[in-house]
Amino acid sequence: MAGPMKMRATAQGGTTEVRVLMTHPMTTAQMKDQPLHFIQNVVVKQNGKTVIEAEISQAVSRNPVFSFRLKGGAKGDKIEVSWLDNKGESNTIETAVA
Amino acid sequence: MTRRSLLAFLALLLAKPLSVLAAWNEQAFGAKTAADALKGIDASAPAPSKDIAIDAPQIAENGAVVPIEISSSVPGTTAIAVVIEKNPFPLAARFEFKEGALPFVKLNVKMAETSDVRVVAFAGGKQFTATREIKVTIGGCGG
Repeated sequence: MAGPMKMRATAQGGTTEVRVLMTHPMTTAQMKDQPLHFIQNVVVKQNGKTVIEAEISQAVSRNPVFSFRLKGGAKGDKIEVSWLDNKGESNTIETAVA
Repeated sequence: MTRRSLLAFLALLLAKPLSVLAAWNEQAFGAKTAADALKGIDASAPAPSKDIAIDAPQIAENGAVVPIEISSSVPGTTAIAVVIEKNPFPLAARFEFKEGALPFVKLNVKMAETSDVRVVAFAGGKQFTATREIKVTIGGCGG
């Protein structure tokens, strides 16, 4: 169920804009015939250092897309985003800042 | 240090990153009212602030995907929480911004019905808040 991720990180005017897409059903307790299945934790790392830690709920839309902004950043910096869901599934993507 | 205590210490070190990643505030996310959700994230009485910007459509045709862009210019903002007051579980997300991150996030959320969306910014041990009403034509939690 948990599919691929996509990410783009671009440095611009002293900040790095990170846009990340996660493939995930994000089902809610209100949905009939579908088990509750949603991402709970998202972690963003810049060159190995944790910069954002998020806890999210079933209210985040299916196939979540997030944009974040990081201070500084140069081409080639490594950005890593990982998620963990309520069933213990997880995924990670790493990309270099363009 | 005995060998046993050293082993226990090493085991603790190994276990730590996992437990950190798995931290999820069950009490706050399980809350069914906005007041309980705010209590759960230690923001029972946040002060209204004009330094929190919420960019979202006034009317969302599809409650399953409502884009919300949030930024805080409250000095020293370390965290931002999103509470959709009329959702079955109002707390939608909480972001912690550490050194190196700007207090900005854009995300898509589901909304069950027309509701105030409350954003809480945490800065220097205090809580600040702003709200924005988003009208929903078709709710997005069931299906």
